[in-house]
Amino acid sequence: MSIHREIAVNGLWKQNAILAQMLGLCPLLAVSTNVVNAVSLGLATILVMALANLAISSLRAFIPYEIRIPVFILIIAALVTVVDLAFNAWLHDLYLVLGIFIPLIVTNCIVLARVEAYAAKNPVGASTWDGVMMGVGFVWVIGLLGALREVVGSGTLFAGIEMIVPGAQAWQILPEDYPGFLVAILPPGAFFVLALLIAGRNWLDARANERARQRLRQTAAQAAA
Amino acid sequence: MLNNSPFLRKPASVRSVMLRVLAALLPGIALYAWYFGGAVFVQLAVATVAGLAAEAAMLALRRKPVWLFVSDGSALVTAWLVALTVPSIAPWWLTVLGVLIAIVVAKHLYGGLGQNPFNPAMVAFCTLIVAYPQLMSQWPQAGFTDFASQMTAIFGERSLDAIVMATPLDQMRTQLHTAEARATVSGIFGSHATFGNIGGKGWEIIAIGYLLGGLYLLQQRIITWHMPAAFLGTLAAISLAFSLGAPDRFAGPMFHLLTGGAMLGAFFIVTDPVSGTTTPKGKLIFAAGIALITWIIRVFGAYPDGIAFATLLMNLCAPLIDAWTQPPVFGHKHDDKGQA
Repeated sequence: MSIHREIAVNGLWKQNAILAQMLGLCPLLAVSTNVVNAVSLGLATILVMALANLAISSLRAFIPYEIRIPVFILIIAALVTVVDLAFNAWLHDLYLVLGIFIPLIVTNCIVLARVEAYAAKNPVGASTWDGVMMGVGFVWVIGLLGALREVVGSGTLFAGIEMIVPGAQAWQILPEDYPGFLVAILPPGAFFVLALLIAGRNWLDARANERARQRLRQTAAQAAA
Repeated sequence: MLNNSPFLRKPASVRSVMLRVLAALLPGIALYAWYFGGAVFVQLAVATVAGLAAEAAMLALRRKPVWLFVSDGSALVTAWLVALTVPSIAPWWLTVLGVLIAIVVAKHLYGGLGQNPFNPAMVAFCTLIVAYPQLMSQWPQAGFTDFASQMTAIFGERSLDAIVMATPLDQMRTQLHTAEARATVSGIFGSHATFGNIGGKGWEIIAIGYLLGGLYLLQQRIITWHMPAAFLGTLAAISLAFSLGAPDRFAGPMFHLLTGGAMLGAFFIVTDPVSGTTTPKGKLIFAAGIALITWIIRVFGAYPDGIAFATLLMNLCAPLIDAWTQPPVFGHKHDDKGQA
């Protein structure tokens, strides 16, 4: 497996920031009340992660080991400030909705974890790619979580899309008289749905392992015969 | 005839225990139907079907013997408790949803009978009351037993003004909380059609029905005295203390014991053998804790009855309480703390 492919598989599935490492749960749980909020914050996070990994990987020879964490945080904070101002300028309505969670990307442990674990030790290209793929891994999970909570909780999908695409409409998935399921939108619902997603991932992995073992047994039997 | 030792006794099977628990619920259910109409039977039927279907489906998915475990009746007890804790005129899907939450999520996802750390029926009640606070507080009016309009409420369009009312617990709390009302406990008791003699019209009688069922369970040794006694005793003691101190602000012990789900809780919910404590001393602490939290939620909280939330909170503490209260092994002296 080429290095780039391995990085992609790790980010999207094997070492997925949420489902495997369970990092950055605070924004994940707080913002995933609907798809639009979730994916917007996710995209901002990808941007920060790619740029942070790029910047720190290129500077890694110049950052003294003993004070690397404060330096990392300063660089990340500068990048987040850029993203924060950009949201404020171009997606102001969304900026008001996401509020504190954009600046809080600084404290998202996924960002610092990838910088410390990967970008500080690896070449620039691979590091940037790692930031992107870890970010994409974060986005698909937070997006799925947001979609599930939104459909179950209020029966819609893409509520608030007009903040990004003017004139677009939210999509009514379930019948108009769906009574809603408030728990899904409240904080406990975030934990329930996340737990189900992690259980689903473990189940898929267990099944894949079982199949691999069976294949191995079959090939061994064939070789013996 | 006298028997010689050894006096071996076969432990009761899960099935016979569950059947006797269901039987013990019957007096309460009968009085429920007498005062609030036949809707409760419909809810029980809906819950039974949903409960058995969910149990069978989950057992099949988990590749367990379906008939063996469905026929033990434990799913039925859970389903009935869910049906008795939702308002009897709630729409049918609310009951189905509650039963599914109890059986699928709270029971089987945690590992099935004997493994669940939380009381399944109470998990369902809490989820429902957080998700649908309005539907969960529309209780039928005592004495208004028109079956046809109750059926419309359950299966059809809901236009409920005539038959719905808040529970006595709800009224007591909202009226005491509204500052401008300057209501007093005795004033509320005197002025309202909801309030019967003690715990609310109809409610107090149902509570006595559950009490009778509970005494039957005690007599059958399905439950021990510890939990009901500690629960009811603590609830009575704390409400007595506060109502003696400020009789206008706090309702007395008789009200708290005979209203809401206190009796159902004391004998059928708190005593759940799976999610509760097991040591004698632990049972006392566990049930007293539930009573204390229940009283606090009832008097100061925002939800109509606190037993469900209190039970879940104490379920969380149950393993710790059990670890603290291990009785000494027979034949060993109760050592001083700190010595092995």
